[in-house]
Amino acid sequence: MNTPHSLPRWADIGLLPIINLLAALLVSGILVAIIGENPLEAMMVMIKGAFVYKGSLGYTLYYATNFIFTGLAVAVAFHAMLFNIGGEGQAYLGGLGAGLICLLLDSILPAVLLVPLAIMAAAGFGAVWGAVPGYLQAKRGSHIVITTIMFNFLAASIMVWLLAGALKAPGQMSPETRVFADNAVLPFIHDLANSVGFEMARSPLNLSFVVALLACVGVWVLIWRTRLGYAIRATGHSAGAAEYAGIPVSRVVIITMAISGGLAGMMAINEILGVQHRTILNFTSGYGFTGIAVALMGRNHPFGIVLASLLFGALYQGGAELDFEFSTITREMVLLIQGLIILFSGGLAFMFNKPLARLIAMVLRPRSPDEARHG
Amino acid sequence: MTQSEKKSNGGATPPLAIELVSINKRFGDVHANKDVSLQVMAGHIHGIIGENGAGKSTLVSILYGFYSADSGSIKISGQETLVRTSAHAIANGIGMVHQHFMLVPNFTVLENVMLGHEGSLSVETATVATRSALQKLSDDFGLAVDPDMIVEDLPVGLQQRVEILKALFRGAKILILDEPTGVLTPQETEQLFDILRALRKQGVTVLLITHKLKEIMAITDDVSVMRGGEMVAHRQTAQTSPAELAELMVGRKVLLQVDHTPAKPTAPVLVITNLCLANATGAANLKDISLTLKAGEIVGVAGVSGNGQTELLDVLSGITPPTSGGFSVGPTHITPKAPTSPAKLRGLGVAHVPEDRHKRGIILPFSAAESMILGYSDTTQSNAGWWLSPSKLDKQCSKLMQDFDIRPPNPKLASANFSGGNQQKIVLAREISTQPKLLLVGQPTRGVDIGAIEFIHKQLISLRNAGCAILMVSVELDEIMSLSDRIIVMNNGQLVGELAREEATEKQLGLMMAGITIAETDTVGGPS
Repeated sequence: MNTPHSLPRWADIGLLPIINLLAALLVSGILVAIIGENPLEAMMVMIKGAFVYKGSLGYTLYYATNFIFTGLAVAVAFHAMLFNIGGEGQAYLGGLGAGLICLLLDSILPAVLLVPLAIMAAAGFGAVWGAVPGYLQAKRGSHIVITTIMFNFLAASIMVWLLAGALKAPGQMSPETRVFADNAVLPFIHDLANSVGFEMARSPLNLSFVVALLACVGVWVLIWRTRLGYAIRATGHSAGAAEYAGIPVSRVVIITMAISGGLAGMMAINEILGVQHRTILNFTSGYGFTGIAVALMGRNHPFGIVLASLLFGALYQGGAELDFEFSTITREMVLLIQGLIILFSGGLAFMFNKPLARLIAMVLRPRSPDEARHG
Repeated sequence: MTQSEKKSNGGATPPLAIELVSINKRFGDVHANKDVSLQVMAGHIHGIIGENGAGKSTLVSILYGFYSADSGSIKISGQETLVRTSAHAIANGIGMVHQHFMLVPNFTVLENVMLGHEGSLSVETATVATRSALQKLSDDFGLAVDPDMIVEDLPVGLQQRVEILKALFRGAKILILDEPTGVLTPQETEQLFDILRALRKQGVTVLLITHKLKEIMAITDDVSVMRGGEMVAHRQTAQTSPAELAELMVGRKVLLQVDHTPAKPTAPVLVITNLCLANATGAANLKDISLTLKAGEIVGVAGVSGNGQTELLDVLSGITPPTSGGFSVGPTHITPKAPTSPAKLRGLGVAHVPEDRHKRGIILPFSAAESMILGYSDTTQSNAGWWLSPSKLDKQCSKLMQDFDIRPPNPKLASANFSGGNQQKIVLAREISTQPKLLLVGQPTRGVDIGAIEFIHKQLISLRNAGCAILMVSVELDEIMSLSDRIIVMNNGQLVGELAREEATEKQLGLMMAGITIAETDTVGGPS
């Protein structure tokens, strides 16, 4: 028997996230009103700050790039029913991979070889950092949530140790590597645009954004068009059926976690190869965790993840403007609003599910009394 | 449509225990109960029969207060009553024995009966009071159970008895039993029926929900038939026949018995030798099983569920490796040292229709086309290398849907949205279409409507005639007896014995299912 009041797909993907977002904005608006500012005005500042002001769109897309990678990472793991909470650590280690390649080879290799190699290293280091918890889950039964959280701490410690030690630039006080040579960077979009004569404001947006969009296509193909994707989804939906089908469940778990970790690791290319041009401490600054909310909001579908990433990118960028424009709305207030949106679209994502389903059922199917027959 | 006619003996019409008037209930798209009316006479055993999804369970759930009806009214003993929760139902004298028992396994019988009805803050006082009440109930209805036994140590039949006692202890005058015989041996079923007769004698009204025609004929006074959410007929049991009821249930004439021609077994396909399986704690799930299965025969495995049949299928299909002994499929030997995998066995021509299609056989959120390649996603012709082409999968699925009359014939529809019978046909279509040498099939028709049962049975027979060896596990004795060429009986992980098709009787099988071997049955004559 069907579950009572299941939501039509269009409403699940299209309507529900919007309602969740509106609810979050409503509560945020009340908070803004309480501290004595006009919520609508604040809203306008956020929107302008994210999309309208010079260079703001570039910033929004730059943030979105990070969220696309970490959101995809969470989504891929989720299709195998694995909660990868370790995007943060995997991305961090990705930065190590990319950094090591650039430090070692930027004096030898040309950009066309070096950059792809660095991207692969970022993905590879992230993949290993994801696959180990995957192995522990598959073969030893250690819960993936616990191990990936622990691996975040391990990653953070390793990076501090290396960046303050072996990898620290000679003669420097700050814990970061030396700046890479010019052939080890992903070019800024505004530089590319300017070089073909198209005026564009400066922003940290770089070619990683294109790589992120390609990754979306790749994930879609992987999950819905390949044998491996079939095995991943089968494992996620029904381990019993996967076992029956002869799908090697533990191998699939490990491979899925490697892919997931690899995607998270690629987040580092945006920061390391695209913006910083060196490996620094804490460049992940919570993007890995936000990826969980992005995946939730995007319903684990690449297209949804792009939309959710744009939203979160806009929130980050618009929120910064809010902080800048209002003396009463502080950085903490902005974090609070971001937190509310994550709460409503992530933690409380299904709060409006049932009422909405009931409403839709009522609107679409008015009861007709002549349908009743005599038995 | 006939209304149930009041008995006209002597003009005094017996009072109605339950009267449901024009009950309607919708779940989203599904109209589970359409204008259903029902009259149950006090002191009668009233059967409600219908296929899975006919709306029986919804109807009794409304009566017991699990769901509230969208419209319609409920009268209990002539009084219009609102049953909002099961507590209301209990207060109005309705008791229910669920298909899956609602007992605390590590509590005693007494504690289970008392649970929620202690009536005092002191467990001590409550225990004394319950004990005497329980004794009285046992005496009145002949329901003997030791009140101090731990429930999980009791056989299933007795656990069910505890459920009945629980309902009576709460003052039930109307007892609803939902598919009560699914887990019982034929002997236990007979004992249950004796209890029901005793209850009737004491004036208790029994509402029996079942899909088994035989039980309706054996025990009920009146029967109501449901189909597609509607009440299609009411009959007095004495004035109807299984054939008529089956036709009413399905809406067309059905063959209750398959045409079974003698088997022509040829070469051995599966040879099982001293197969053992121990679980993680070291307890044996399968003990020393030896069996040879030849091409062109169906061997039925009878037994009460939970006696090792599931484990046997899991081992033979490669999901679980044996712990000692082994089996051979053709020239390939499988032992603990040379384990196999479901994928390898499929390569050897072993197909498997699992017992639990929701857990193993299909993946509910997958489209039908995707479920149709479960187990064959690496080998099916519809993929080139690592790429799965949806259009090719759909095309292949459409063809099988046509061959196996799977409805609706839409490969893109989620597997969950097919009826039980059609889901089972998806599994069968997938497994049979590989032209297997050996087919392992568990509960081929569990939760499947009569029309589909007929089709599935025909498919199995024709597969056998084409030279496939079939090992069929089923808890439905009728199915075992009508399809099998040989019948083996399992009890407690062991093969109790083997019977040829001709010598198998229900009584004999029932005794063997209870663990009594053939030699013993000749001398002892039956269980205590």
